[in-house]
Amino acid sequence: MTVSTSSTTGGSKPSNAPAAQDLVTLTIDGIETSVPKGTLVIRAAEQVGVQIPRFCDHPLLAPVGACRQCLVEVAMPDREGNVKPMMGPPGRVKPQASCTLAVSDGMVVSTHLSSPIADKAQQGVMEQLLINHPLDCPVCDKGGECPLQNQAMTNGRGESRFLEIKRTFPKPINISAQVLLDRERCVLCARCTRFSEQIAGDPFIALIERGALQQVGIYEQEPFRSNFSGNTIQICPVGALTSAAYRFRARPFDLVSTPSVAEHDSSASAIRVDHRRGKVMRRLAANDPQVNEEWISDKDRFAFHYAHQSDRLTHPMVRDESTGELRAASWPEAFAVAARGLQAAGHVGVLPGGRLTREDAYAYAKFARVALGTNDIDFRSRPHSDEEAQFLGARVAGRDIGVTFESLETASAVVLLGLEPEEENGTLFLRLRKASRGKTRIFAVAPYTSRGLSKMKATVVRTAPGDEVPAIEALAHDGQLALDGGGVILVGERLATVPGALTAAAVLATQTGARLAWVPRRAGDRGALDAGCLGGLLPSGRAVADPDARVDVGAVWRAEVPSTIGRSGDAILAAAADGRLGGLVIGGVELDDYANPAAARVAVQAARFVVSLELRASTVTELADVVFPVAPVAEKSGSFVSWEGRVRPFPKVITGSNAVADVRVLAGISEELGRPLGFRTPEAAAAELDEFRGWDGVRAADPDVHAQGSGQSTLRDGRSAPSSGTGATTEYRLATWKTMISDGPMQDGDPAYHASGPTPVVLVSEATLTALGLAVGEPVQLSTGAGSVILPLGVADLPDDVVWAPTASGGVNLARDLGALAGSTVSLAPQQSVPETVSSANGARS
Amino acid sequence: MTDMLTPVLSDNWDADRSWTRASYERSGGYSALRTALGMEPGDVVQLVKDSGLRGRGGAGFPTGMKWGFIPQDNPNPKYLVVNADESEPGTCKDIPLMMASPHTLVEGVIISSFAIRANVAFIYVRGEVLHVVRRLQSAVREAYAAGHLGKNIHGSGYDLDVVVHAGAGAYICGEETALLDSLEGRRGQPRLRPPFPAVAGLYASPTVINNVESIASVPAIVKNGATWFSSMGTEKSKGMTLYSLSGHVVRPGQYEAPLGITLRQLLDLAGGVRPGHELKFWTPGGSSTPILTAEHLDVPLDYEGVGEAGSMLGTKALQIFDETTCVVRSVLRWTEFYKHESCGKCTPCREGTWWLVQVLNRLEHGEGTEADLESLLDQCDNILGRSFCALGDGATSPITSSIEYFRDEYLAHLEQQGCPFDPVASTLFATAGASA
Repeated sequence: MTVSTSSTTGGSKPSNAPAAQDLVTLTIDGIETSVPKGTLVIRAAEQVGVQIPRFCDHPLLAPVGACRQCLVEVAMPDREGNVKPMMGPPGRVKPQASCTLAVSDGMVVSTHLSSPIADKAQQGVMEQLLINHPLDCPVCDKGGECPLQNQAMTNGRGESRFLEIKRTFPKPINISAQVLLDRERCVLCARCTRFSEQIAGDPFIALIERGALQQVGIYEQEPFRSNFSGNTIQICPVGALTSAAYRFRARPFDLVSTPSVAEHDSSASAIRVDHRRGKVMRRLAANDPQVNEEWISDKDRFAFHYAHQSDRLTHPMVRDESTGELRAASWPEAFAVAARGLQAAGHVGVLPGGRLTREDAYAYAKFARVALGTNDIDFRSRPHSDEEAQFLGARVAGRDIGVTFESLETASAVVLLGLEPEEENGTLFLRLRKASRGKTRIFAVAPYTSRGLSKMKATVVRTAPGDEVPAIEALAHDGQLALDGGGVILVGERLATVPGALTAAAVLATQTGARLAWVPRRAGDRGALDAGCLGGLLPSGRAVADPDARVDVGAVWRAEVPSTIGRSGDAILAAAADGRLGGLVIGGVELDDYANPAAARVAVQAARFVVSLELRASTVTELADVVFPVAPVAEKSGSFVSWEGRVRPFPKVITGSNAVADVRVLAGISEELGRPLGFRTPEAAAAELDEFRGWDGVRAADPDVHAQGSGQSTLRDGRSAPSSGTGATTEYRLATWKTMISDGPMQDGDPAYHASGPTPVVLVSEATLTALGLAVGEPVQLSTGAGSVILPLGVADLPDDVVWAPTASGGVNLARDLGALAGSTVSLAPQQSVPETVSSANGARS
Repeated sequence: MTDMLTPVLSDNWDADRSWTRASYERSGGYSALRTALGMEPGDVVQLVKDSGLRGRGGAGFPTGMKWGFIPQDNPNPKYLVVNADESEPGTCKDIPLMMASPHTLVEGVIISSFAIRANVAFIYVRGEVLHVVRRLQSAVREAYAAGHLGKNIHGSGYDLDVVVHAGAGAYICGEETALLDSLEGRRGQPRLRPPFPAVAGLYASPTVINNVESIASVPAIVKNGATWFSSMGTEKSKGMTLYSLSGHVVRPGQYEAPLGITLRQLLDLAGGVRPGHELKFWTPGGSSTPILTAEHLDVPLDYEGVGEAGSMLGTKALQIFDETTCVVRSVLRWTEFYKHESCGKCTPCREGTWWLVQVLNRLEHGEGTEADLESLLDQCDNILGRSFCALGDGATSPITSSIEYFRDEYLAHLEQQGCPFDPVASTLFATAGASA
């Protein structure tokens, strides 16, 4: 007997295929077409090649029908089947807004191409739109790429009949530090306000006033605070919204546009980079329905000036033996000095960081094994754990695409563990919010109901930092959540700092059948993991501990793969500090990002020989013996791997740049060492890395770490908790994560971007606020035995013994200034006045 | 002659303290409520359907049919919303009604809510008319005290709460969906339809929105029967209604008469155009309805009759203008109103009214050429039927109709390079002999 089974590989994986749709047949300008039921006339027209002019219409926003530019003549069959035009005021055919009208069977649509009535209606609306428009195209940022300009040419009158007085406004006004509004140019299409409300969930701009004086406005002195504000500028169909960063900087027709991928988070959003004479002028969201649709975060849009800062490294440097200072060196000299130094240093550890392309990461992974003969490599320049390494090997490294952006929309529930999407992964947040507006329910194990979580209508399992394990374990039996194979668990990198939490997450996935995905913050983390930049992992999830895997990799590398499991990042730094490791090769790493920045600094200082590959001068380059300048993302080709596991290649944007990718530098050193990588370019590295795809051998087992009771009363790294001090101080557990707009070298160079970010605050519960005797906005001193900072107070639904503060914002870095991580014990004390700059003694950012 | 009048809604307006419950009940008030509560709600709807009552807010949509659109299987609550945002220039019927006899409206609200099975009703009243707001609030309070409102009304098991909501003074909030947005606490701007309010109106729930006069007519229909009501009026326009005469007329005011009466008859009742002057033009139903002239004195003032004459019955706001009035100046004033009240949502109304005012202002001052008239008409053509709601349509009515009937007067402005009229002559304080 033959049985045909419709076996799907994913078991309970829900289908993403659209359901069979009813088709509706209609005629547009004489062309008969069939489109799915519910399609708007304006979209159906696009499908037969008819472009109806429009302003307020946007395919990702709910229809509004405000601008009336898309009027078309429509006739419908009556009950007897006689096709009759839709009428309006007595005796007049009433053209219909094609952006709000859904198709129906037998409908006959005549656009401006075939209907004089529609054509006149459109020309009339265009003329009306222009009467109060300043027509300042020659000085407008939008001139040359402006839908109003373009459509006025294609669908408007040659000359205006308007002889009267235009409405004028003072211009421009700031609706945030970054976004400027020129009200005269605005055609009041409400795209920006609808985006903010419907997509971002930040309805802090709205239309105010009425008639021709209607305008986009903000509430009193409350600026437009949104992590996604830049999208409003991009979808503005005129030049009414401009960014402080780009305004008056360039003309569209002078720009060269190159598609690329954003480097600021692990969503790897599609972007368009507009550049001129070798310099990036602006970045826009590209349309990628599978990933970021048409939106990007403000970080992806505005944070690109870092590559043009004055401290950009332009040539290799070596430390002069006589002066002890770095001096310029030729590339061959630097390669030679680096190779010689590394050889002499003995054992060397590699810290590539999490901002690398997949190709560069692979070069580091192979460089460590082949050129240095070590597995001491760890991309995790952030708080991390061995449990995490085990988890990544078992569940993530080298896996194919599993959970995707699109599948989030069909998930029954999404559970967020150690992840604050709005701040840590903006593109993911937008998709989760979209899903939450559908049928997907969002649950989060988090210390409080953040704005991002409330915007997703998330059910928050309020959990103090350190207590996540029992909370995660309880989710398996949560009747409201009812997690099953239709659900998704998204695990953030922060969960690594809670012993047992990743174990619990893996168990939860196994118990419930829910699919699990790991969502790191940085764009390079997943690629580095897949490339083998971890002590126990070789490319594509092959375990170092697995002899077959080592043989397999060794065959490609034509070298023996070291069999000793490598150290973690923290262990590499500890070994460098006590002399067990003599040398370090460090990629794009900020020492302040480690769990213990002070110890990291000591370790780099202690290492006998340090090679730094960097874009700009940093604490590492200050201490390095050889410094190699490497290319920023815009000046090299490569690919990122999104949290989904999707490889996102991008070309070199600034083609004239001579800057080189990390892979070329590592190739040079390895060749000097006599153990060459075998490739010098990202393309060749990618080709070799692709040979490792599809590993079907043994993988690491899930971690099996059990928490030792809930809560933590001591700081990590052996430091003692602060004494309770005098008088009013009380101890709290610290919850923390990085906000999207925060401190970091890759966000340097755009003051408006930083000014548009959130004000750093210490959040406490209502009860704590009362206990402190302070009001919201008043300064409070947050301290540990290692230091203190002063920040204004805010209030949130935190547990009473928990406070929250941003990890690295406004010049304050909690790890560096307080030695404090999530779960650390901190104290609060009233502070008499707010200092001029919110900073600690040593933490002021220039 | 006064036998042409059929005072029903206005019958008790001359009673002592007519706005009180005691006075209203003395004249038989709230008896219809008890009758209705003894009926099946569906039968009340049928009764109103049978009566032929059509919406008195201007559009003339059959009231009973509107009630019938409410999906009774919808799990959401149903709402009745009374549109008492009377703001149209010239329209002045609902406010006098609510002022003189607010209980007529309240009783109508209770019966109508009962019919559509609503347990909450809202009266959205124009905020500027503070005195009316107070009388309404007082009437609602009295109705609660008398057990006409609240839980288990008169033992019927039917519950109803009525909320009197004062609007903030925007003409657009008389547009029913803008009214709903305003009532929900948002900016008053018209909503996209579909969904229609009957399906997803107030708080996305099935909602009936009726004009004050429509709802106030319901108690009389319940009390006297559908046949009584439909015995008045014309074939398709049944019943009595309030005609509001204003302007250059000897006795301005409310004249309640069967639909189909003519302006000639009404002017006779009102003592005619002010002495020594003659009718020049008039609006049948407020400024949004195209103006008519003396040649239309015998047009039956019902939905069909006025429609055939090229205008609309609207709110039956008959503004009478005699020959001292400059039509260009009048139209400019109206257009300034529409410009001021345009909500700004759609382009044709927002930008169009901005432009129309400036062109009319120029013409009134005699600047321009005859070509400007064609341009003006073309602008109106680009607004009428192109705007989001009827506000834009209404703004064009006075312009197109005035050019149709008084093109020569526009041209006279241009020829004389200014207005040929003495504006003082048209005022009520004009001294005798002021030049026309």
